[in-house]
Amino acid sequence: MVENVEAIKGASLWADAWKRLLKNRLAVFGMIVLAIMVVAVALGPPLIRWMTGITADYIPAEGELIRSFPPSSEHLMGTDEAGRDMLARVLQGGRISLMVGIISTIVSLIVGVSYGAIAGYLGGRIDNFMMRLVDIIYAIPYILIVIVLLSVFGGPNMPDWIGWLSEKLGGAGNQSLSQIFLLFFALGLVSWLTMARVVRGQILSLKNQEFVLAAKATGVSTFGIIFRHLVPNALGPVIVYATLTVPSVMLTEAFLSYLGLGVQAPYASWGSLAADGIKNIAIFPWQLIFPGVTMALTLFSLNFLGDGLRDALDPQTRKF
Amino acid sequence: MLSFILRRLLIIIPMALLVVTVTWALIRIAPGNFYSTERKLPPAVEENIKKKYGLDKPWYEQYGIMMLNIVRLDFGDSLRYPGQTVNEIIARHLPYSATIGFFAYLLALVVGLSAGIIAALKQNSLWDYGSMALAMLGLSVPNFVLGPILVLFFALGLYLVPPSRWGGVSNIILPVITLSAIYAAYIARLTRAGMLEVMRSDYIRTARAKGLDEKTVLLKHALRGGIVPVVSFTGPALAGLLAGTVVVEKVFAIPGLGNIFIQSVLNRDEPLILGIVAFLSIIIMIFNLAVDISYGFLDPRIRYE
Repeated sequence: MVENVEAIKGASLWADAWKRLLKNRLAVFGMIVLAIMVVAVALGPPLIRWMTGITADYIPAEGELIRSFPPSSEHLMGTDEAGRDMLARVLQGGRISLMVGIISTIVSLIVGVSYGAIAGYLGGRIDNFMMRLVDIIYAIPYILIVIVLLSVFGGPNMPDWIGWLSEKLGGAGNQSLSQIFLLFFALGLVSWLTMARVVRGQILSLKNQEFVLAAKATGVSTFGIIFRHLVPNALGPVIVYATLTVPSVMLTEAFLSYLGLGVQAPYASWGSLAADGIKNIAIFPWQLIFPGVTMALTLFSLNFLGDGLRDALDPQTRKF
Repeated sequence: MLSFILRRLLIIIPMALLVVTVTWALIRIAPGNFYSTERKLPPAVEENIKKKYGLDKPWYEQYGIMMLNIVRLDFGDSLRYPGQTVNEIIARHLPYSATIGFFAYLLALVVGLSAGIIAALKQNSLWDYGSMALAMLGLSVPNFVLGPILVLFFALGLYLVPPSRWGGVSNIILPVITLSAIYAAYIARLTRAGMLEVMRSDYIRTARAKGLDEKTVLLKHALRGGIVPVVSFTGPALAGLLAGTVVVEKVFAIPGLGNIFIQSVLNRDEPLILGIVAFLSIIIMIFNLAVDISYGFLDPRIRYE
């Protein structure tokens, strides 16, 4: 028995977690749906345009066609009141919705992880002050912060790099697209609080371990210890929480769009499409059903993936 | 214990004032004013408005006057609804939101706890998968979609309940269900995870070894530890209920505080915004304190000095 010890191949934490993740059928289902969704959203609009000449904001020239048609072989998801193809709009809206999820989560990751890690590592008075600040921001309704951010940096006060980013990622850089990108950042800036708490908790439990002492002894700077030694070790819970931030940010965007504060015409997101569809729910149900179901399916998959990742990365809970 | 509660209660006052200060700063940083419209006002009119609301004074003087009034719980008159004090407006609209919020959380607790406990006890059974899939659905469907769908089926289709407005008990059924869905889903998941963790702990083995019957072990020993995560969820849930009620109030045409808050933010009605934010932050902090105190009763290992 003892001779065989060497034959065992040591699996790294990540390889091990990946194996566990693949065993979780719901998480795999989530990953597949998300992959399909990303491909459809990326390739769908140009493909539809190439095949039928229809785009997301194509309004038929003929007066009779400007009304909401139920799903047919020509328009798989029907059309909206202006005669625009719903399938093209749902796919185009998916780009914005998925970008909301990704960009806002990245912003909340950057802010939350650095904030939590610095507070946790420095400790003492600085930690106390930083975390009380988080408590205070928690008590301010996030909608107020989002509205203020949108109005402070909106319009002429738009930071140049947001305009640049929206041009790079969305094509023609115009005002209302930069406004949407501003919304991404505003949402990210209100959703980092829980991330900061999670990271701080992790750092607190890590910072007294030997490898930190070793790093200190070899003269690594405080910055280096925090970001090169501590943060990578706290990555598990961070990844899990980030996966769960994506659906919550997307829900918030939908909620803001419903209130008329989020994505504005001519652009659309799943949330704004569903919000538009609700007005006509009794007469043109397909205007709500298709964007609503697409969004719910995506959120469903993200939540399953997040759960699967938690089980895979956190050996404590993996037996459940 | 008593000194802990007292200390925490006293801290609420400066914390609430800080929240008000940050909110005030946020409102002041944003460009524009409550009186600014598409059309530019004549300078004389603008000057008069500024004088009337004390906006011609330096900012620190305005801040000082405002804080002195707020310490005396006087938030002044609303700018958008002249002649009505902020306190009156909050007192008038709060009952609607509070009623819906209270019953929604109650319903979420009942549904979530029972679903979570059943799922944990029958782990990996059809019950477990079914209730967890349902919970996931509750987390994935926005409530502004759920509300209209419920109205379509139960009010416009089956004529069981009125579709909107405030009135009898039948009016609040749909709003309460709509609002509670996401919380019920969260609570079910938290309960399941909490129960599963507790069921493996040593003190449950001890309780079983003592020969207690399964019912006592579950309800008296496991449940107390298992619902700790649910209790800590109450604080964030309360904050979320505010945002949630906005949508529900809009969908069901209920004159609650959530809608008033959104309106006040859009109108830049500074006294009203500050009043509502101060009120809500105090409520949230009191609830968080209650949550912290209840930990001690639920888990005897937690002590406060």
